[in-house]
Amino acid sequence: MSISPKLEIKDLNVSIEDKEILKGVNLEVNGGEIHAIMGPNGTGKSTLAQALMGHPRYEVTGGSVLLDGEDLLEMEVDERARKGLFLAMQYPSEISGVTNSDFLRSAVNAKQPEGKEVSIMKFMKQLDKKMAQLGMDESFANRYLNEGFSGGEKKRNEILQLMMLEPRIAILDEIDSGLDIDALKVVADGVNSMRNPNTGFLIITHYQRLLNYIKPDRVHVVMQGRIVKSGGPELAERLEAEGYDWVKEELGIEDETVESKA
Amino acid sequence: MIDTEQLFDRQAVTQLSQSQQEPDWLLQRRLNALEQAGRLNLPKLEKTRIDRWNFTNFEPVRQEKAVASTDEMPEDIRRFISAEDEDSVFVQKNSSPVFRRLAESLESKGVIFTDLATAAREHEELVKKYFMTDAIRSDEHKLAALHAALFSGGLFLYVPKNVSVDVPFQVLFWAGGNGVGTFPHLLVVAETGSEFNVVANFVSDRESDAVINGAVEVFVGDNARVRIASLHTQGEGTTEVAYRRTVTGRDADLEWIVGDLNFGRTISDNTVHMKGTGGNARIKSITVGSGELRSNITSTVRHWGARTESDITARGVMKDQAQSILNGITKIEKGAKQANGVQAEKVLMLSREARGDANPILLIDENDVQAGHAASVGRIDPIQMFYLMSRGLSRREAERLIIFGFVGPVLDTIPFESLRERISGIIERKLG
Repeated sequence: MSISPKLEIKDLNVSIEDKEILKGVNLEVNGGEIHAIMGPNGTGKSTLAQALMGHPRYEVTGGSVLLDGEDLLEMEVDERARKGLFLAMQYPSEISGVTNSDFLRSAVNAKQPEGKEVSIMKFMKQLDKKMAQLGMDESFANRYLNEGFSGGEKKRNEILQLMMLEPRIAILDEIDSGLDIDALKVVADGVNSMRNPNTGFLIITHYQRLLNYIKPDRVHVVMQGRIVKSGGPELAERLEAEGYDWVKEELGIEDETVESKA
Repeated sequence: MIDTEQLFDRQAVTQLSQSQQEPDWLLQRRLNALEQAGRLNLPKLEKTRIDRWNFTNFEPVRQEKAVASTDEMPEDIRRFISAEDEDSVFVQKNSSPVFRRLAESLESKGVIFTDLATAAREHEELVKKYFMTDAIRSDEHKLAALHAALFSGGLFLYVPKNVSVDVPFQVLFWAGGNGVGTFPHLLVVAETGSEFNVVANFVSDRESDAVINGAVEVFVGDNARVRIASLHTQGEGTTEVAYRRTVTGRDADLEWIVGDLNFGRTISDNTVHMKGTGGNARIKSITVGSGELRSNITSTVRHWGARTESDITARGVMKDQAQSILNGITKIEKGAKQANGVQAEKVLMLSREARGDANPILLIDENDVQAGHAASVGRIDPIQMFYLMSRGLSRREAERLIIFGFVGPVLDTIPFESLRERISGIIERKLG
């Protein structure tokens, strides 16, 4: 596709088990842009990521989401992925008996039109290259998907999938949690290598640390289930230095979580 | 209770025996078994009622013509076997052995690979010793007695001392046509130090209503190594009874692979008696149920000898309205010191109406042993589905990956690639 990717989120409301979590999120992500979503725990950051991908436990109760002008919310999960949406998950599933490479090859081919599947040779070459780039041992290709992986290994595996699938819009949900500084750099390098006009990023993080390695274009603060403040990279730096209290004070928020009755 | 004496009278049994030119002692065993069939009860199965299943309404003898080459068999039957030059192949259709070939190199080594009636004439001592005497006995229950009275054809495979054979022996029992009853019997004797593989297929047409009452007896001698696979694909209207019994000698090594992939009603009972000291037995079982399948699948290992080790791994996948009971029984007898028996049964249900039950049973009569078991019954995790689909896999493809991942621990360890592929193919078709 030649046109630049575009994700448009308008007044998105999301509930889980009848409890409203997101209360009107507005955001636009374009190809080549990196948006960081920051905020304390329990404010709805991960809910945004899961709802966009179509997690079965999250119910969209209002608003709209367009991916390249098409109604994302009408699509099945797999269709969203094939249209170019990707979510690097905070807690990826472990799937016994399915090797990493078999899974990845199915995923890569799922995006290909019928009869245009990628050859095994070409796939393996790609896989070897990207695994080396992420410092992953070759044995990972033949291990069962995420089974028995450490937290850091799972995160690298998510980035490996991201790099293999080359999505139009990539959401990274707390990809930095549980990573030591070396692993964090490797993961960030992987993401940076994909920085190009054909991919837009939405990076959800609790800490500013990741943003030292992946420079965002825009930073958004989520509290009480909506974006309460947006700015450039300097906003992330101020949050790192001063925490979130000044934002709460500025906006008159006492309890930033969605638990509170706004 | 049905009067089997009336259904199958002494005259019919005598005729069957004479038509195969059996020795008199074998006829006497048949007649004795017929009498037992009249008074014995059906076997008692854990959690499955079988009193309304058809075990007796069929035509007990249907003779078929021999074929000169496996090419003369229908394509969908032929694909169960390969008939290259080095292959040893036995095919029985209904009551008649229709094709047999033993690799030349094996004949000269003393390997016996022939139908039971011929074996009973030419190798009387061996058949008398092993056929339905120790492993399976006609007095166990009505179905075993019926089998002993009415078996026809059958295969005797004998591998002499220290002979080792690379190419697997292939056996195909095929029930064709309607209203037929078949009694496949496979008798395998592995002498001391021998080593070989057997792949046995029990098949019928998808629309078949056959009653298949089969038996497999395997004797693994001291230090012998036997791998045997038994693959069942019987049609929707069928009732299949499959009793398999193995007796292992000192330091014997046994691997059983059981694929219960039927569409009808199934009793599958696989029992290993580890009699010799030492020895290792691994039982791998896969069942995939679809449609209206009802099955009761039991894997049993009885440890009699000291330092015997066993491992039962069973996987069941149930879809549609299929119901399956998976039983695993590890019994360690008094005196089986330092025996080690483990087992794991897992069932995955793909539909709301499907039922699966996993029953692990450990029975231990000796102190100085190790044993362990695990069992689970569950459905496909929606979060796993979400994860796979979030990478672009369709619902169907994601399900397929999870299911094959689930049966993988059994499927991936099947030693013959062709068999592995065939079982995958059948599972694939069943999951449709």
